[in-house]
Amino acid sequence: MDFSDTPEEAAFRAEARAFLEANAERRKPGSVEGYRRGQDAPGALERARAFQAKKAVAGFAGIAWPKEWGGRGGTQMQQIIYQQEEAKFDVLSGIFGIGLQIAIPTVCTCGTPEQRERFAGPALRGEEIWCQLFSEPAGGSDLAALRTRADRGGDEWIINGQKIWTSGAHYSQFGILVARSDPNVPKHAGLTFFILDMASPGVEIRPIRQMSGSSHFNEVFFTDVRIPDTMRVGAVGHGWRVAMTTLMNERHGMREAPGPDFSELFELARNIELEDGPALDNAAVQEKLAEWYVRTQGLRFTKFRTMTSLSRGQTPGPESSIIKLVAAGKTQEIAAYGLDLIGMAGPAMGAEMPLQGLFEEALLYSPALRIAGGTDEILRNIIAERVLGLPQDVRVDKDVPFRDVPSGRRG
Amino acid sequence: MNFDFPDDLRQLRDEARRFLRDRCPTSVPRRILESAEPYDRKLWGEIAGMGWIGAAIPEAFGGAGLGALGVCVLAEELGRALAPVPFSSSVYLATEAILAFGSDAQKERLLPRLAAGETIGTFAFAERPGAADPRKLEAHVADGRLHGTKLAVPDGDVADFAIVAARGDERAPWLHRVELGGSGVTRTPVATFDPSRSHARIVFDGAPAEPLPRGQGAQQVRHLLDRATVMMAFEQVGVAQAALEMARDYALERYAFGRPIGSFQAIKHKLADIYVAVELARSNAYYGAWALSTDAAELPIAAAVARIAACEAGWVATRENIQTHGGMGFTWQFDCQLYYRRAKLLGLALGSAREWKHRLIGELRARNTTSQMAA
Repeated sequence: MDFSDTPEEAAFRAEARAFLEANAERRKPGSVEGYRRGQDAPGALERARAFQAKKAVAGFAGIAWPKEWGGRGGTQMQQIIYQQEEAKFDVLSGIFGIGLQIAIPTVCTCGTPEQRERFAGPALRGEEIWCQLFSEPAGGSDLAALRTRADRGGDEWIINGQKIWTSGAHYSQFGILVARSDPNVPKHAGLTFFILDMASPGVEIRPIRQMSGSSHFNEVFFTDVRIPDTMRVGAVGHGWRVAMTTLMNERHGMREAPGPDFSELFELARNIELEDGPALDNAAVQEKLAEWYVRTQGLRFTKFRTMTSLSRGQTPGPESSIIKLVAAGKTQEIAAYGLDLIGMAGPAMGAEMPLQGLFEEALLYSPALRIAGGTDEILRNIIAERVLGLPQDVRVDKDVPFRDVPSGRRG
Repeated sequence: MNFDFPDDLRQLRDEARRFLRDRCPTSVPRRILESAEPYDRKLWGEIAGMGWIGAAIPEAFGGAGLGALGVCVLAEELGRALAPVPFSSSVYLATEAILAFGSDAQKERLLPRLAAGETIGTFAFAERPGAADPRKLEAHVADGRLHGTKLAVPDGDVADFAIVAARGDERAPWLHRVELGGSGVTRTPVATFDPSRSHARIVFDGAPAEPLPRGQGAQQVRHLLDRATVMMAFEQVGVAQAALEMARDYALERYAFGRPIGSFQAIKHKLADIYVAVELARSNAYYGAWALSTDAAELPIAAAVARIAACEAGWVATRENIQTHGGMGFTWQFDCQLYYRRAKLLGLALGSAREWKHRLIGELRARNTTSQMAA
């Protein structure tokens, strides 16, 4: 048992580090900036694209993509090693995530050679950013209940409806879209998958203001938007299967929630006075800290187990399915407990607060962590069904034509 | 990155699982629970014959030379099977104490007999309700004679000797070896909430005590507990995993309201939460195993982390296993009780999670490098 890289992994890590040292700035120690969404900063998008272009040239974009897609043809392990190194630098790569982890792999796997040829390269180089047009007001956890219509008109499809929770729709050039092409068959069977040019006439994007005050997500409305049939991915009516090809990438990722974690809470407890002295001397505080340390380390070593499988070229075991579920809830609880320690001064936000107000901010954005990318409840269902082998829920809508499925109290 | 057991040990784990599935179904711990028999002597002889008891003992001393990692994989399987044998006392504690702190002569004399299972050792520490602290021992050794009382000593009624934490000449804690069948020792079996593992109250009144030369000081006692705790964490994970599987199987089999109860989200989510607790505990136990096998300076932290997560997983899994079974879960007839009793027993042996949380924070403060460790 050891945590060290194999000689090949070490060589790759050195190469990645050298690239990053030459092209990016290291994060400052103790900086909390890394936890904040940086894409709203002026010029951030342009800097991100310029860096992505360099990554592509150096072979660090699409590391685990096959060579025929323009990738490096490397391993998942190399991808993780690169991400570990990149996390130490002040770069913004998240905006390319939907394109590189979900959209392009789906298009390349299920689409035509022409589609692959057209879209893979520009996405890899950061020239084109992608968004995911899946969720709808009537189809969140129950994605297949989506109602946006795709009606065939000759060589085109005409799209009408609405999507929601679309990250980055306002700066994306393309989106992957699932729409209902046939309401007369059961819900999973009537869907078709498309590539949408976000500049198409009839596409309207409205930001959603989150409870944190920022606007990371959007609503996207379609009014008679035309998509050429050449931009259909997979067969008509196969949209669900196509969408599922890479959706699990989002849920089973190794990424943890951004936000205050054990170290920040420990730092806070070290510096704060309670009624009987330093918080760190208080037995109740110690007990809480110990519990979160154990969870944090449990996640860290669960990832190590997953990485070990990847390092051997195996498919990771089911243990990776717990990471997002545990991390999201932990962030919210740590934010709330940090504020409990700060006490009466806790509501105040801003630079004079401990860790520049990190706990106050996290209070407001952490609810989203437990919902986006698979709610806690859906993740528990996935563990119960796919890992433990328990039966699916009874689904009253499963074998019914979609048009007959109830959709509200009076529907 | 290779955060897994080596191939030969993974193979040993599979073999152990197959052997125990046949040889130690739940009827075996149940028999010990329901009878006056203190442990399954025949099973003890069989696992000795397969080299399990001497897994960590070097071949030169009659062991299998598999190191601490070998003990970890066996511990998980023995936990899964609720094996009613004095493995933890003799292997995690007595053997580890002699390996770490014994003289060459003691090793030569004791280790081959321990490896063969002919001699059973245990560890006697707790003296009163509350936190067991090596700096606050009443038991003491004077002129080579031990005086004091130890409560709830696991396998205290069947062990041939005990490693006893007692104050030495300098009043500092010092690990001594004491023959339990000799003069000056009175042992009384005690009833516990898990009779599938036997315990005894032991009164020492001038019993001859032989010091372990390098076992002097609170740090040494702590080190022994740290090592044993990691091995115990694997046993706890085994218990928790078995309880999860029992709950899962029942949820598939039991119908209510016209469907298997495992199709209700109330049950599915409960079992998913158990799975999360077990996997976190397993990952943290691996961390402990890594620290054991590399003699890492982080061992006290890794042991505490492994311990706390294992106690949580064992408790949640065995408690909710009963809940999943409903009324049948608390009958004598169903096996849920066996897991529930054992999980809590293991969760108290070597100190409760509460004690280890206190210790963990103390260690983290002492090191003062939390950002690095939580990275």
